[in-house]
Amino acid sequence: MLTPTVCRQKKSSFPISRRVLLSILLGLLALAALLSSSTVAQESRNPLSTDPKAAKAGEFEFRINCAFCHGLGARGGGRGPDLTRAHKRHGDSDADLFQNITQGIPGTVMPANGTNGQGVGMTDDEIWQIIAYLRSVQVQSPLKPIGNPAHGKDLFYGDANCSSCHMVEGKGGRLGPDLSSVATARTVESLIESVRNPSQRLAWGLTESTKEFAQEYETVTVVTADGQKLKGVTLNEDRFTLQMMDTTEQIHLFEKDKLRSIQTSRKSMMPSYDLTILSDHDLDDIVAYLLNVSTK
Amino acid sequence: MRALISNKLPAIVLLIVAAVAVKTQAQVTFERLLNASKEPQNWLTYSGNYAGHRFSTLDQVNTTNAHSLVAKWVYQTAATGKFETTPLVADGILYATGQDDRAFALDARTGRPIWLFQHQLPSDIRPCCGRVNRGLAILGDKVFLGTLDAHVIALDAKTGNIIWDVAAVDYKQGYSFTLAPLAVKNLVIFGVSGGEYGIRGFIDAYDANTGQRKWRFYTVPGPGEPGHETWEGDSWKIGGAPAWVTGVYDPRTNQLFWPTGNPAPSNRGEGRAGDNLYSNSLLALDADTGKLNWYFQFTKHDEHDWDATQVPIMIDSGDKHLIAQANRNGFFYVLDRATGKLLSANAYSRTTWTDNKDAEGRPIPNNQSSPTPEGRTVCPGALGATNWMSPSFDSQTGLFYVTAREQCDIFSTAPQPYEVGHAYYGSAYFPSDKAEPYWGALRAIDPATGQVKWEFRHLSPTWSGVLSTAGGLLFTGDAEGNFIALDAASGKPLWHFQMGGAVYASPMAFAVDGKQYIAIAAGSSLYAFALP
Repeated sequence: MLTPTVCRQKKSSFPISRRVLLSILLGLLALAALLSSSTVAQESRNPLSTDPKAAKAGEFEFRINCAFCHGLGARGGGRGPDLTRAHKRHGDSDADLFQNITQGIPGTVMPANGTNGQGVGMTDDEIWQIIAYLRSVQVQSPLKPIGNPAHGKDLFYGDANCSSCHMVEGKGGRLGPDLSSVATARTVESLIESVRNPSQRLAWGLTESTKEFAQEYETVTVVTADGQKLKGVTLNEDRFTLQMMDTTEQIHLFEKDKLRSIQTSRKSMMPSYDLTILSDHDLDDIVAYLLNVSTK
Repeated sequence: MRALISNKLPAIVLLIVAAVAVKTQAQVTFERLLNASKEPQNWLTYSGNYAGHRFSTLDQVNTTNAHSLVAKWVYQTAATGKFETTPLVADGILYATGQDDRAFALDARTGRPIWLFQHQLPSDIRPCCGRVNRGLAILGDKVFLGTLDAHVIALDAKTGNIIWDVAAVDYKQGYSFTLAPLAVKNLVIFGVSGGEYGIRGFIDAYDANTGQRKWRFYTVPGPGEPGHETWEGDSWKIGGAPAWVTGVYDPRTNQLFWPTGNPAPSNRGEGRAGDNLYSNSLLALDADTGKLNWYFQFTKHDEHDWDATQVPIMIDSGDKHLIAQANRNGFFYVLDRATGKLLSANAYSRTTWTDNKDAEGRPIPNNQSSPTPEGRTVCPGALGATNWMSPSFDSQTGLFYVTAREQCDIFSTAPQPYEVGHAYYGSAYFPSDKAEPYWGALRAIDPATGQVKWEFRHLSPTWSGVLSTAGGLLFTGDAEGNFIALDAASGKPLWHFQMGGAVYASPMAFAVDGKQYIAIAAGSSLYAFALP
C-alpha cells in the first residue's frame, strides 16, 4: 500500500508543475491575444484623423481598392453603396468602418481586406487613410427628406403600384429588388434615375471571385418546348441552365437546350415612370419614404 | 471501342510501358521529361510537354463518347481562396498544390491521399492576388514547390518530406512564388511574382539535388547592362517585370522561352520613362547559364498592367520553328524562335489602345490609351484579353485555343510613393457606368493566319485554361462552375458537369490501368472525370 501512495505522490508532483507551467503559458497567451487585439487596431478612433495628408493618401487608396464597387468619390457605383452618407447601414464609427474593411461584411459581397483575389491587401495605416478620406467626403448633416414620407408610403403601396414588384420590410412583390435598405446604398439622384429610367443601369452582378450572388434583374422571355411563352426576370443563369421568376412570381428552372427560344434583355421590366405617370412632387415623396425606412 | 492511345503511336508498346511503370514507379528522369509524349498516361510538366502544348495524346475519351463522362472522384483541400493547380501525374500518383502552399500526392485512380504537406507561412506574406499556387515540378524522386514567402522547396515524392528548403529572396520586399516550376536537365527553374510591389524581377535556376542556385537572370538590367538605358533614373531598382508563369523549353537549342510581367508601378508610366526592358517580354535564355539570347517586348512602357505572363507555345511547321503567344494586350503574336523576330500580330479580342504598328509590325499605343487623373476607358481592361490561364495547341486541328476575356475598364492615375513591401500600382481601374457586363469566350485561332476561326461564348469571363486531346476534344471550365467538353474542330459543346465552384485552373489528362481521366480544380475541390 505504501509504495503505490509514494508513487502517486511522486507522480502528482510532476503534473502540478506542468499545470503551473500551463497556466503561465495560458496567461501569456491571453496577454498576447489582448496585446495583439489592441494592435490589430481595435482603436475606436482613427489615429490618423488629425493628419492632414491622410485624407489625400486615402483618396488614392480608395481609388485603387474601393472605387471598383463604390465609385469614384465614394458616391456609390453599380455594385457598392454610397459611402458619403453619414448614416451607413453597417455602422458609422471609425471602429465599425475599420472592422468592415478588414473583415468584410457577411451576407454581402463586401470582401475582407486582401481576399477578393485581385490586388494586394492594405496595411492598417492605409485603411485608416481611407477612413480619413471617407470622413472628408462625408455629407455632414443627416439627409433631410425633401418630400412627405407618409404620402410616399401611400403611393408606394397604392397608386404608384411600386409594391406589386418591390418589397419593403416584408410587404410587397418579389419580381424586383427588396427596397428596405436601398436608400442607404444609393444617392437620391440615382434613386430618381432608377424610377425615371429603370433600364439605365440594372443591378450588376460581379464577374470575379465575389460573383457568387448574381441576380442582375435582366428581363427574360422564353418559349418552352410545348409552346408556352413566359416572361420574367432571371434569378440565375449559366451557359446551360436558367432559373427565372415569371410575372406571377412562379419560379421556373430550365435546361436551355430544351427550350424553343430564350431571349434576355437588359431593358428592365419596370416601366419608366415619366412625368405623365408620376409627378416630381410624388416621386420626392416616394424617395422620402424609402429614405425614412432605410434610416430607421 | 477505340484505343486508349492515339493511333499515331505504337499503342501496345505504350500500354506495356504504362503497366510496368505503375508497378515500378521509376524515377522521373530528364529523358522522360524530354520524351513526355511517349508516355501519354503521365503528365510530367505544367503544360504537359516542354513545348507548352497542353495537349494529351490520349483518345479513349473522344467526340463519340464524351457525352457519357462522369465524375470518378473528388479531392477537397478544405482551404478557401482560388485553387489554381495543374496536377502532375507520374506512374499512377497525382501530385498537386493547394491554397496556402499545400502540396499533396494522391492515388490517381481514387483520389485517396498518400501524403500531405503544408509550408509554414509567416503571417506577413505579400501575395498579390490570393494565396495561390499553380503546381509542382517533378524530377528524379523529388517534387519542387515555390512558396508565397519566396522559398524554393524540394520534397521527397514518396513521403512529402522536405529534402531541401532555400529562401530565394526577402519576401518582405514583396517577392513570392506562385508558379509551377520547370525541371530541365538537373535544374529547376522558378520565375518570381510580385509585380504589384516594386520588386526587381528575376528567373532562377536551382540544382535539383542540392538546392544551390546555379544562375539568376534579372529581368530588369542593372547599370552597365544592355537595356538599363530604358529606365529613367533609379526606377530600374523597383522596376517590377516579374516572371510568374511557367515558361517552355526547346531541347533542340537548349533554350528556355520565359515570359515576363508588368513594369512597376503597374499603371503609371511617370517616373520610368523608356521602354522598361525586359518587362512584358518573351526572353530566350540559355538553359545552362541563364544568358539572354534574344528578347521580344510585346508592350513597351506598359501603363495597363498587361503582363506578358501567358504560356508561350512552340509550334514547328516544316522547317519553321515558331513560338506563339496570345497576349494579355489582346494580340496574338507569332515569332521566329531562332531570332525572336516578329512574324505576325493580330487582334483576337476587342482592343482600343492601338491603331498602328511600328516598322517591325508590333502594335503601338495611340494617344487615347494612357491613364489620366479623370480616368479613361481602354479595352482590354486591367485583367487583360486573357491572363495566366493556359492556352492549348492541338497539332491535329492545327489550332491555338485561348480563353479570351471581353471587358473594358476606366484607368485612372492614383500616384503612390514607393514604400518597401507596400502595394505599388500608381493607378486604379474600374468598370465604366456605361460599360456592358463583362463576357468571355474560348477562341480558336489559326496560327498561320492569326484569324479567329470560331468561338465558344462564356456567359462571363472565366479563369479556366484549355486542354486539347487526341480524342478531338477541348476541355475548359467556366466562372459559373461548369466543366465543359467541346468538339475541337467546331467548338460545339458535347458535355458539361456542374462542379459547384468557379474554375481558376487549367485542365490536364492522364491514364491509370488503361482508363483515361481528365482533371480540373474548381472551388476548393479537384475533380477527376472518366467514362463510366
